[in-house]
This record gives sequence, C-alpha cells and structure tokens, in this order.
Amino acid sequence: MSTPFYVSPQQQMADRAEYARKGIARGRSLVVLQYADGIVFVGENPSRALHKFSEIYDRIGFAAAGKYNEYENLRIGGVRYADLRGYTYDRDDVTARGLANVYAQTLGTIFSSAAEKPYEVELVVAEVGVTREGDQIYRLPHDGSIVDEHGSLAVGGNAEQISTYLDQHHSDSMTLAEALKLAVRALSRDTNGSEREIPAERLEVAVLDRTRPQKRKFKRIVGRQLSRLLDEGGSTDAPSDTEPEADAE
Amino acid sequence: MEANTRHTGRLPAAFLTPGSSSFMDFLTEHQPEILPGNRQLPPLQGAVEAPHGTTIVAVTFPGGVVLAGDRRATMGNMIAQRDIEKVFPADEYSAVGVAGTAGLAVEMVKLFQLELEHFEKVEGATLSLEGKANRLSTMIRGNLGMAMQGLAVVPVFAGYDVDREKGRIFSYDVTGGRSEEHVGYAATGSGSVFARGAMKKLYHDGLTEDEATTLVVQALYDAADDDSATGGPDVGRRIYPIVTVITDDGFRRLTDDESAAIARSILERRMEQPDGPRAALL
Repeated sequence: MSTPFYVSPQQQMADRAEYARKGIARGRSLVVLQYADGIVFVGENPSRALHKFSEIYDRIGFAAAGKYNEYENLRIGGVRYADLRGYTYDRDDVTARGLANVYAQTLGTIFSSAAEKPYEVELVVAEVGVTREGDQIYRLPHDGSIVDEHGSLAVGGNAEQISTYLDQHHSDSMTLAEALKLAVRALSRDTNGSEREIPAERLEVAVLDRTRPQKRKFKRIVGRQLSRLLDEGGSTDAPSDTEPEADAE
Repeated sequence: MEANTRHTGRLPAAFLTPGSSSFMDFLTEHQPEILPGNRQLPPLQGAVEAPHGTTIVAVTFPGGVVLAGDRRATMGNMIAQRDIEKVFPADEYSAVGVAGTAGLAVEMVKLFQLELEHFEKVEGATLSLEGKANRLSTMIRGNLGMAMQGLAVVPVFAGYDVDREKGRIFSYDVTGGRSEEHVGYAATGSGSVFARGAMKKLYHDGLTEDEATTLVVQALYDAADDDSATGGPDVGRRIYPIVTVITDDGFRRLTDDESAAIARSILERRMEQPDGPRAALL
C-alpha cells in the first residue's frame, strides 16, 4: 500500500501541460499560410487515409497535430456543431470564431478536469474571407487558450523553429505555388539546421480558395496538381531570391 | 444544442461520441424534436391547405441526366406562387426535384443535402448513388404521417453514377417506395401524366444534351397545356422552367437566358403547331 502524498495544484497543472506538450511534439509539424487567394495547409503525412486537414464547413478548414484519435474526435464534433448550427439558423451563421470558442471550451474543460487525461492535440481553425482582410486563423493549444494568428503559423513538434523561418520569408501577397514552396522548405528544416527532402507523395496539402465558384471553398491538392505547383514554385525561385535570407540557404 | 453548449461551453458528449456518419442519426440521438418525422400533429378533420408544387420531369442521355421543373405552386384553385423553385442540387453529382407540399418538400431537400454533405465530410468519401437514393427513401417514409393528412412530398432523384459512367433516375411513391427508371425518363406531380405521355413519344436513347434539355421543356409545356396546376413558360414576367444537367463534370443549372432560349424556340414552333411535334403513326 502506497500512501498518497501531497502534490501542489501548480505542480499538477505543470505536469499535465508537460504531458500534453510532449505528446504533441511527437507528431510531425504542419504549417498554415495565408496566400493571395486564400489559406493553404501543408504538412508531412505518409498516410493517405488519416488526414491532418479537413473541411468543417463552407469556408472553414481544420488542421491538427498530435494524437490522431483525439483530434479526429474533435473534428467530427466540429462538423456536427457546424452542420447543426447551419441547419438551425443559416449557412452564413457558422463562423470560425464560434467554432474556435467551442473547441477552446472543450479543450479547456478536459485539460483542467482531474478525471480526464489531457488531450495531446493542437488545433488550427481557419476561415477564408471574401477578401484577404476577412481571413481568420485561430490556433488552439492543448489547454483551451485561443491565439488569433495572421500570415503564417506552425504547430507540432518543431513548431517554434519553423514559424520563425516562416515569419522571415512569408508575405500575404504570395501565389499558391510560392506559399507551397515556402511551406515545404520550412518543413524540411531539421532541428539541427540541416535540410532533408520531403517527396511530394509524403505531403498533405489542402486549400481554402476564395476564388472557387462553389460555396464549399475547401479543396485537397493531390497528385499531378501538387507536383505541377511544386515545379512552378521551383521556377519562380529566382524572384524569391530578392529576399536576402533566401540566398543564404 | 445552443442551450446545451451554453452552460459549460464545451461540446456536449453526443458531439464527441464516435459512431454514425449520418447527420440524421446524430439528430435522433441529440435533438430528435427538430427532425421532420418526429413532429406530433394534432388530430385534424379533412386535408390541410398549403401550397403544392407540381410537375417535375427527368430524362437520361448518353453521358448524363437532365432534371427540370415548372415554376408554379398552387393552393386549391389558386396560384400560390409563380416563381417557386423545385429542383435542387443534392451534391456535386446528383439533384432532386420535388412535387407535393412545398414547405415540407423544401425542408426535406435541405436535410437531404445536409445528410450527403455531412457523410462526405465525416467519412472523406461520397455515398454511392444507390446509397443516396436509399437515404431519400427513408426520409419520404418518415413523412408518411403527414402524407396521410394530405401533405405528401414525392420527389424524383437524378444523378450521374461515376462508377457506371451514366445518368440514372430514381422515382418514389408516397410511402418511400423507390424504383429506378430504366426506360430513361420519369415524371412526378400533378402534370406528370401528360408530361410522361409527351416524353414517351419524343424520347430515344441517343439524345444529345441539347436535345434532352429541349425535350424536358417540351414535356413541361405539354403538362402545363393540360394541367391547370402546372405553369407554362411566362414570357411576360420572364419566368421559365428550371433546367439542370448532371454529367461527369458535375451539376449545372442552366442560366435563365439559356432556359429562356429553349422555351422561346418551343413557343415559336407552337405558334404554328399548338400541340407540339408529331410522332410518326407507325
């Protein structure tokens, strides 16, 4: 029989946060970037079936790093929330802000309830606006906080280093091919600064494209279209050399 | 749901319970009272008066299917609405046209569209065309109580089957009975008898897309000619039938100008031959 001993609440929360962070860091990173016509999601994902990015609603996309079964559960919850809300009111009444709030409450409640194991996930909820100014990106860490993001962000294992790199090179007026190329370059940087090649088959790419005529703006980019965009990005490498940092690589 | 999320703010357990990919199953679990089939009706004497939509026609052609509907809604002997829309996209590769009680029909279509979209988002794959047709069957059956009080909804479901690479039509009866139309055309609603007669004489299995769209407008014209509840092309108000085409490129609704052009060319010919094109006697 072991005797229960006292653990301070501070220590308890710190342990839980540590546990969640470690779980998230085990997963591969993913990045979300704004580009001229919308928002692009890029991640390294060897699986064709288990997606990191998905459609929630007309203009809303979802990205997650961490434990698959946990974020998949939250994703389906989000689809149900959005569809029910759109059915009860109107399609225009489903917003990323509302969804991000519900996710934050859910993650926060689970994180602070001693009876539940904290979720090892970090979510991104993005909504593409009619114009670039209307784009919204929210990052939701494991503890239920919400971070309002602009331009570019990275979540997952190597997030800090990748997002520093993105911040230096990203601009909102990039084309899709440029943004995609930048994302791949950022993802292929290892912790020790060296680079490795990520082949196109191991990339998962999706966009929220505001120029799509359909009301559902989410689209996966796969196969030929993906390799064409990556090649196109390669040929426009020259103009991106105008940035001093790009030369340094 | 709003009430449920409000007091703690977090998603209720039903939202995070793994299980069905069906939105209707989720509603049955979480909020059954907003499902159309679960409404309690007070006992009534006689039929309820509500606007009724009328004729829908569908025709297949090599490479796709055309679904079209007139624009009239009636209530008894009154015209309730002149420009009602009764043909809707169900998803990228299918469409549904509804005859019957307009309010319930629109609600059924809305839920049906959502059911298909929800499945697609949750599963990451679309339902088979048969699967979609069966889902619609279940929804019509759920409306049986209403139908027995005179508030029936009878749709036609048409889609492009990407696996078999052809257009297919499913028609329904009021109890949800589903039958695939292998002859290549179908009609529902009060003018359907006349529309079907017209299509029977004009249809052949080598139609082009343009011929198929003309054929459905001809059939609707004949329906309007003999059925007072079906509306013909309204040149004065520029209200023309809704014509939709589904091919391997997906769903497309003809623009008002395209639909007007078809209707006008038919009207012109009918100035000389009011009964429309004649079939050979033997």
